[in-house]
Amino acid sequence: MFSYCTDPSTLEGLTWLSCYLTTGKHMGFYLSFVTVIVLLLITAPVALLFGFAGASAARSRFLPLSLLGKTYTAIVRGVPDIAFFMFFVIALDQAFEYLRHKVKCPDWSEPVRQGNDFVVCAQAKLPLSTSPQWVHETYGFALAVLTFSIVFGAFAANVLYGAMRAVPRAQLETAEAYGMSTRQTFWRILVPQMWIYALPGLSNLWMILVKATPLLFLLGVEDIVYWARELGGTKTARFSDYPHGNWHAIYFFGLLVFYLMLTSVSERIFKRITRRLSHGQATAAGEAQRKAVQ
Amino acid sequence: MKKLILSTAALAVSAGVAFADNHGKTVRLGTEGAYAPWNFVNDAGEIDGFERELGDELCKRAELTCEWVKNEWDTIIPNLVSGNYDAIIAGMSITDERDEVIDFTQPYTPPDPSAYLAMSPDVDLENGVIAAQATTIQAAFVAEQGWTVVEFPTPEETVAAVKSGEADAVLADKSFLDTMVGSDGLVMLERMEAIGGGVGMGFRESDAELRDMFDAAIQSMKDDGTLNEMIAKWEVASQW
Repeated sequence: MFSYCTDPSTLEGLTWLSCYLTTGKHMGFYLSFVTVIVLLLITAPVALLFGFAGASAARSRFLPLSLLGKTYTAIVRGVPDIAFFMFFVIALDQAFEYLRHKVKCPDWSEPVRQGNDFVVCAQAKLPLSTSPQWVHETYGFALAVLTFSIVFGAFAANVLYGAMRAVPRAQLETAEAYGMSTRQTFWRILVPQMWIYALPGLSNLWMILVKATPLLFLLGVEDIVYWARELGGTKTARFSDYPHGNWHAIYFFGLLVFYLMLTSVSERIFKRITRRLSHGQATAAGEAQRKAVQ
Repeated sequence: MKKLILSTAALAVSAGVAFADNHGKTVRLGTEGAYAPWNFVNDAGEIDGFERELGDELCKRAELTCEWVKNEWDTIIPNLVSGNYDAIIAGMSITDERDEVIDFTQPYTPPDPSAYLAMSPDVDLENGVIAAQATTIQAAFVAEQGWTVVEFPTPEETVAAVKSGEADAVLADKSFLDTMVGSDGLVMLERMEAIGGGVGMGFRESDAELRDMFDAAIQSMKDDGTLNEMIAKWEVASQW
């Protein structure tokens, strides 16, 4: 990166370090931090949406819909994450390709399953094998977001379902007494009040999601743990201009600091949200706030 | 893939021009990127090593455009058969078990012995703990002997286990261990094991045409001696 980096073996101390930390490989490492944060920022709202849909479905008076919501939370919560990530994603990818195959190559005569192989026509490949590598990576990333959202959405659905039932019955009865319809009661009274009950559970889920990001590598997305392992490994002078011993401890310590900072920032944000949501609520915290103002 | 070739051929015939080349066809090559000198990630973050150079040369000879993909060793075969990439070129020894699931080209390096690396030259292999990378021929070999094997997902971790004392010795390809001898007092044992049948490229069983293309390219590199030069340059194996 810097002009003096052409011959790293002559460098020492800080200049060596500045060259070492700016190699293409380290750039990949830094980029993976962005990947992880972007993944979290996209997954959290999408998972919440899945959760909200699941919880609303489970509460529905229409039996099939309520069964659907309950089955979704029960099944997804019961399957181990790692199994879900290894099998579900491959199945999902193949399902997409199979559908495209049916549409794009209707006169294909060979079977799609040939022994162990999964063969679709070249036009149905997702992404096309001619696509540049970044398209493949983005597709992998999108699959990861979807899978994380489905898994964490199921947990969120359970949390929200509980939160919806925690809203005092008196609130809903009052709404009915004022002549609100079921839908109005749901959107105007229940939903605004349930968040305070859901928040502890949701903040737990967020923390678990933060720690689950290394599962990304199972999906072919190079995350921070992959790079830390790769960069920290022993490098001999034959294959690298920057030979060093096993530096795993240093790199993993860096990750530890990153994760701790992420959780501490999240903790602070959740505290602020709790304060805000407690305002005017029929809870102990809301009551305390009301008294403090008087 | 077969369909693509057929339909391009049909198109070419109907257009009145017979194209026979595959120019522009993209083939995705899957590798591990953690097994120097075979394949590793260099300082620039790109895949490098013997197989990078070999793969690029093979693609040039077969007139294909090749794209490199990194994949964990553990899932390298499942991801090939489900179509995430089209070929494995990752120092994979040709074995009967693997041949049942995928198809191999002819070997591009001859069968070479596997070697042991330990902290002292007189370890007791039979009663000791041997480290090996998971789902490799070496791990299978140690298990077959009835010795104690500990498996690790990456080659680096197998060597680290010996350094930390978790294992008494590591069994792996000699060319890989050669790069580690001498560091932190590691020594190579005199005993070698003749296991494996040479290293080849792996393809889906339904992809015979693509495999034949690479097979022909490997043969042409064997014939004109360039393969031997490459093997010597990277010190990965003995000569043909």
